[in-house]
Amino acid sequence: MDVVGALQTGLQSAFGTQAAVYALLAIGLNVHYGYTGLLNFGQAGFFLVGAYGVGISIATWGLSIWAAVFMGLVASVALALLLGAPTLRLRSDYFAITTIAVAEVLRLVANSAPAGPVTGGPLGLQFSSPFYAVNPFDVGLNLGFISYPVNTTWAMLVTWSLVVLATLAVALLMSSPWGRVIRSIREDEEAARSLGKNVFAYKMQSLVLGGVIGGTGGIMWAIVGNTVNANTFRPQATFFAYAILILGGAASRIGPIVGSMLFWFVLATGQSVVRQAGSAGYLPGGLAGPTALILTGLGLMLLVVYRPQGVFGNTRELSLDG
Amino acid sequence: MAEVRHPAAQALSDVPAEPGAPKPDPILVADGVSRRFGGLQAVDVDHLEIQRGVITGLIGPNGAGKTTLFNLLTGFDQPDGGSWSFNDRSLSGVAAHKVARRGMVRTFQLTKALSRLTVIDNMKLGATKQRGERIGPALIKVLWGAQEREIEERADELLDRFKLLDKRADYAGELSGGQRKLLEMARALMVEPELVMLDEPMAGVNPALVQSLLGHVTSLRDEGMSVIFVEHDMDVVMNISDWVVVLAEGRVIAEGPPAAIMKNRAVIDAYLGSEHDDEEAR
Repeated sequence: MDVVGALQTGLQSAFGTQAAVYALLAIGLNVHYGYTGLLNFGQAGFFLVGAYGVGISIATWGLSIWAAVFMGLVASVALALLLGAPTLRLRSDYFAITTIAVAEVLRLVANSAPAGPVTGGPLGLQFSSPFYAVNPFDVGLNLGFISYPVNTTWAMLVTWSLVVLATLAVALLMSSPWGRVIRSIREDEEAARSLGKNVFAYKMQSLVLGGVIGGTGGIMWAIVGNTVNANTFRPQATFFAYAILILGGAASRIGPIVGSMLFWFVLATGQSVVRQAGSAGYLPGGLAGPTALILTGLGLMLLVVYRPQGVFGNTRELSLDG
Repeated sequence: MAEVRHPAAQALSDVPAEPGAPKPDPILVADGVSRRFGGLQAVDVDHLEIQRGVITGLIGPNGAGKTTLFNLLTGFDQPDGGSWSFNDRSLSGVAAHKVARRGMVRTFQLTKALSRLTVIDNMKLGATKQRGERIGPALIKVLWGAQEREIEERADELLDRFKLLDKRADYAGELSGGQRKLLEMARALMVEPELVMLDEPMAGVNPALVQSLLGHVTSLRDEGMSVIFVEHDMDVVMNISDWVVVLAEGRVIAEGPPAAIMKNRAVIDAYLGSEHDDEEAR
């Protein structure tokens, strides 16, 4: 078995654009769940509207890439407002149910044949943008052990830069009085209300902020791949983001970044090992994909049992009941 | 009257001890406030005035509607009917957070210390009109840094007074039950309220701390604040209240100075009587 090859695949994945996009999803989710206590099970929905905002703008309407990015952001804000307006006043469980339902409805609509003229239906959208034309690199990143093609290097630089930017913005906000109100809502929204805080407005701001960060993940996904397909936005995208968040440590600042790298490293290494086992005849065909996911899930369960605060979470904080 | 000890309470000496009695300087006036839960009439208050600058004790047997009345008056629950005003401005239908901003702040029966926030963060949260609480300015520290320092100073002074200063960096969840009560009271004062509404501030607090809590409650009055507090323990109520309002089955059945309430037949029947029955049943 090629262990080195499997580790190479894992590392390749850990620093790749997919990990960066999922880091953005997890940073958004951290704003919602980690800091505000909003149980958003529909982060895939923000991922989707960001990506389709770009895809539809370019492929269907023929807009420029900047207009497409703008549309992706507008779509994320609009989704947050539509989702939050009727549900944020209700108990948190209603909000959770609504988010997963809305995300699924969006995906099913995008995937449906009647929506084909706009979303491409089940075939999705393929397009081209000037993103790679402005790539300043002549050669790809070569770290010796792993290397990336020249276009991927450019995509990684832009996406990881956005990850850093989002992390810094969230860190600044959460250490401000605004963040204090947000965290107090996570602890007890009635207490926040009794101290004169407009809880609904803060929850809405949090939903929009985290949604826009998640939407940015979608925007980069579409631009990097030059394609959008509804299958990307299945509920498991949300659960991957949750896994990343818990892995890194909820309500920690760099947790989502490290969590995403670790998650994709483990998943890709596992997939590579299982695939090798499959081709060596140890595993029946077709079982390779699910087995890697099962192993990843098992790893996460062990993590939650033995290190519930994640890599960067705060043990002292976690030992207190909400 | 002999039992009226505080100067601000002297104003109450001419007020008749009867339900709905008008007060010389009411801070809070409620009219026809009612709330039903299914078939249960939880609150049905015809008329109630709360005098400014004194401690009003709100008592009544279990299920009398004391907490429900608190919830209604502070915007945490919506009544089926009625109107009420604070400082002569109507509060009917005003959202809970706006009620607090107008200067009427409550605490909760089950203490709501924000566990995973530090003690000092709990305190600073209470301050109103913070520039850094708006999402835009929050990103730029120079816009709110100075105000934050002022708030922190004020918070430290209060923590010192409530003997929590050495706990300032601890998480609120690490405090004892009594310390959480103190923190909640201190945090409410950060709002700079005119009227403080304490829902069972002594519940679950060890006897040694009760005296210190009582001292804090009376000092609020001595600083010119008005206090309403709900309490089960009759001794506590009679000790520190300037005026007592008795609720039973949602209605105000009696009000008056503590000594008059102690002798009131309706109160003994509704409150003490039922309490005696309870003890016999046990």
